[in-house]
Amino acid sequence: MTYLADVAALTRKDLRVELRGRDTLPAMLLFVLSTLVVFHFAIPADAGDNAAYGLLWVAIVFTALLGLARAWVPEQEHGVLDGLVLAPCDRSAIWLGKTLATLTFLLAAQAVALPAFVLFFEPLDATAIAGVLLADIGICAVGSLMSAMAAAGRAREVLLPLLVLPLAIPLIVGGVGAAVSEDGGRFLLFLLLYDAVFAVLSWASFEYVVTE
Amino acid sequence: MIRGRGVEKRYGRKRALRGVDLAVPRGGFAVITGPNGSGKTTLLRLLVGLALPTRGDLLVDADRSRIGYLAHEPLVYRELSAVENLDLFGRLYRVPERRERIGMLLGRFALWEARNERVSTYSRGMTQRLALCRTLLHDPDLLVLDEPYSALDAEGTALLDEALETLAGQRTIVVATHEPDRLAPLQTASLGLA
Repeated sequence: MTYLADVAALTRKDLRVELRGRDTLPAMLLFVLSTLVVFHFAIPADAGDNAAYGLLWVAIVFTALLGLARAWVPEQEHGVLDGLVLAPCDRSAIWLGKTLATLTFLLAAQAVALPAFVLFFEPLDATAIAGVLLADIGICAVGSLMSAMAAAGRAREVLLPLLVLPLAIPLIVGGVGAAVSEDGGRFLLFLLLYDAVFAVLSWASFEYVVTE
Repeated sequence: MIRGRGVEKRYGRKRALRGVDLAVPRGGFAVITGPNGSGKTTLLRLLVGLALPTRGDLLVDADRSRIGYLAHEPLVYRELSAVENLDLFGRLYRVPERRERIGMLLGRFALWEARNERVSTYSRGMTQRLALCRTLLHDPDLLVLDEPYSALDAEGTALLDEALETLAGQRTIVVATHEPDRLAPLQTASLGLA
């Protein structure tokens, strides 16, 4: 219970910091909407459903990257990460709190982006939406860890996409597969497996990222 | 409480701290001095466990939950208020009677009036006083303070003096400072880094 209380306190703190600073979510919303608008005018009308779903995933992944790039900025200002690392809580709670907060921002961005996609392009069925939600969990779990690693280095903005994008490829495959395949359930199962494996790996390895 | 022999720290090829010997008994008050770049901050980071020595032996007989660290930076969130920051750290440190303790510290360091304002609106001195509140929040057994007087005005300096006088002898205290004379009446050990 103490662990969950720590996670809740850390998540609440991130949401409060964002609510006050408004540094991340407005940028994510603006980016995902403008990307979909640009795609709407850029791709030919006869390009087909599959191309549209592909573009949706380009927008989702880069919107997530935008959020992840700013995920640890509040901790870098005033050196707060050292303060959190010194606290006697389980250090994985810091990662889980950050993952849940980033996931909240991504879901909020998608609450606007998915209706916009339906408006501009194609309808989305339940399997496609489930694919998006499962991929969100995976990208936030892995991305929060990679973002912490990148934040420790000097070239955070350059390093983060290099670390996250290769790991996000299976999520894109699973997400697009869930949207376009006849057997979308298989892709959902694949995404679920990815989430479970990478969430456990990220949870277990976070301590080694933030300590020597 | 603290015993170090030949403690050295390197970052790549750069040596941040040359072999240091250090012994501070429980209840001792050690003052670390030295010019900029001599390794004072590095030594303090080793003491609190934020870094590991590259060479030598270092034993700090204090659990992570019993160490209070005042760093160069205040280690508080700019977008949160003083109360919100202390409440978060109080939860993570499992501070009993958290609200009472937070109220007492904010009153003691003259931040009560500004308790609900965002830290980003604070002056440097106020932020440093809040950092002191955070450091003392869980009533640590070992206090490690890096330049605690920096940015403090006369009132803040007097408040810190008073706090250190109260804690000296009851807690183990290690302070890195450019003003060793100020702490001379309290100090029981000293270490000069070159």
